[in-house]
Amino acid sequence: MEYYLQLFISGLVVGSIYSLVALGFVIIYKATKVVNFAQGELVMVGAYVCFALTVQAQLPFLVAFLMTLAFSFVLGIVIERLILRPMIGEPIISVVMVTIGLSSVLKSLVQLFWGTQIQVFPPVLPQEPVMIAGLPVAPVYLAAFALSVILFLIFSAFFKYSRLGISMRATAFDQQAAASMGIGIKNIFALSWCIAAMVSSIGGVILGNINGINAQLGHLGLKVFPAVILGGLDSLLGAALGGLIVGVLENVCDGAAKEFLGLGGFKDVAAFILLVVILMIKPYGLFGAREIERV
Amino acid sequence: MHGQCGLFFRTYAGEARIFPSRFLMVSMGLFGAVLCLAPLAMNNYLISILCLINIAVIGAVSLNLLTGFCGQISLGHGAFFGVGAYAAAYLASLGLPFLAVLPAAGLVTAAVGMFFGLPSLRLKGIYLAIATLAAQLILEYVFLHWDAVTGGSSGMAVDHPEMFGFSFDTDAKMFYLTLAVAALCVLCVRNVMRTRLGRAFVAIRDHHLSAEIVGVDLFAYKLRAFGISSFLAGVGGALWAFYTMYITPEQFGIGLSVSYLAMIIIGGLGSVLGGVFGAVFITILPEFLNFLAHHAGAFFTDISGALLAMKEGVFGLVLVLFLIFEPEGLANRWRLMKAYWKLYPFAH
Repeated sequence: MEYYLQLFISGLVVGSIYSLVALGFVIIYKATKVVNFAQGELVMVGAYVCFALTVQAQLPFLVAFLMTLAFSFVLGIVIERLILRPMIGEPIISVVMVTIGLSSVLKSLVQLFWGTQIQVFPPVLPQEPVMIAGLPVAPVYLAAFALSVILFLIFSAFFKYSRLGISMRATAFDQQAAASMGIGIKNIFALSWCIAAMVSSIGGVILGNINGINAQLGHLGLKVFPAVILGGLDSLLGAALGGLIVGVLENVCDGAAKEFLGLGGFKDVAAFILLVVILMIKPYGLFGAREIERV
Repeated sequence: MHGQCGLFFRTYAGEARIFPSRFLMVSMGLFGAVLCLAPLAMNNYLISILCLINIAVIGAVSLNLLTGFCGQISLGHGAFFGVGAYAAAYLASLGLPFLAVLPAAGLVTAAVGMFFGLPSLRLKGIYLAIATLAAQLILEYVFLHWDAVTGGSSGMAVDHPEMFGFSFDTDAKMFYLTLAVAALCVLCVRNVMRTRLGRAFVAIRDHHLSAEIVGVDLFAYKLRAFGISSFLAGVGGALWAFYTMYITPEQFGIGLSVSYLAMIIIGGLGSVLGGVFGAVFITILPEFLNFLAHHAGAFFTDISGALLAMKEGVFGLVLVLFLIFEPEGLANRWRLMKAYWKLYPFAH
């Protein structure tokens, strides 16, 4: 039983990172209706930039972290301005493919600058584990979980109360109506990419502190899809819960598959089997807006 | 002297012909003849690229049937291709003759493809793309872990194909075999598009509600699109297995699916010719980069390594640039070029 409890907790931690990445994904989807296949690569770029600043440039972690955020902000603007803006109004497949192309460009840039070996962050938080429910948990894990909860709360409040957040929601709901109410649609699109890149880079920095980083980090982006489909593509709460559920589920299923079926590596598919099942029975997820078609 | 200054159709049947003009028939015949004679003047490396192009053409044209004509985005085509390869390898290891293995691999893949096409009843657009992404990852897992059939991570060896005692044991012989199958597949897709089935596919792509109102059974036709497309992908995968003679799960990863999608985007969605163009382009691109890295290495010692590392990045960049600047693809560029030369001295 303790084995599964351990799996559950490590699932929650991985899940909180999925939640962060999914949050970025949902913010882009909500505002621009773009499905971003490069979300994992944004995580990777954030992690590597922070790595370069802390380890290679020897800056204190907090400074490096803030500079990483600033870098991601600029990266978001550049990506939106150069690549996504010409795609406004193009069919879904073109938009999907442009983000896939973007993901391979980012991946190879990272490989060009930092190579393919695994890189390790210097420890930022104390190493001694904290005891929770009789189980040792590393402080990094707690920080990861807390940070995702805080970010989720901040963004929920942002979308609910701030002028900018409300105009982003209005844009998502009806671009034409929003534009005629005086909302600068293009700025909103750029802003959503900035926020998504920043949130993802936070996820990347946390991951770097837990596991170290390598050029395969971008695969994390694929895990976002089960999370957002489970939660509903356009729901922040859904993304947060979906990420946690997927993280826990894949860890526990992996453990169970190893114990009862002797199957290794089940982690990689458990989430996607769940994804297919959800799509069959509840395609708009737990909290997603239902699209109704009338003739 | 009076002649027509263009191609005018007076009957529907005339428009639906595979070769609408005699000029096209003659030039395609000439092209075919040149292609058949080409291996005589080429070394083994160039012939092997031609073989890869032939196989890629099958994959790209079949995906274009599903995504370009029927509008169902599939991110699982690489895995379907892999199902064909594994089915062929397994059936060949049981001792079945090549001529039976090829269609059987296609049928197995069609069954798998239709199974994963089932969600298309309820899903469309991005939801379907994500469902096929799941299919890709689940199938990859099966390739890697169903040791009894797929050999797991160590892969499977495949023998040269044999037909009536004739063994296709060189690249040149494989070239003629793959060329013949690729030509058959292209012809098959072209023919499907001339029938009721093809018109239904286009109707579903253009507006699924209107299609349903005029009597197209959406689910049945989408399922048929998945079936035909994955049948052809399976045949292509089988040829791939026979050509490379050794298959492992990594060959059929998400990268393969993405590169097939890139082929049809760069070539032109919803055009048989576009699939062919895209397959040629994407297959030649890495070889061209190799060539560049090899020759640049003579002048700048450290650039060749960087260029090789950038291979994936260049692929992504080409894809992005095509989507932004040439969204209709190479097939449209070809059409514009033809129109330009048709009226050459008098452009207006």
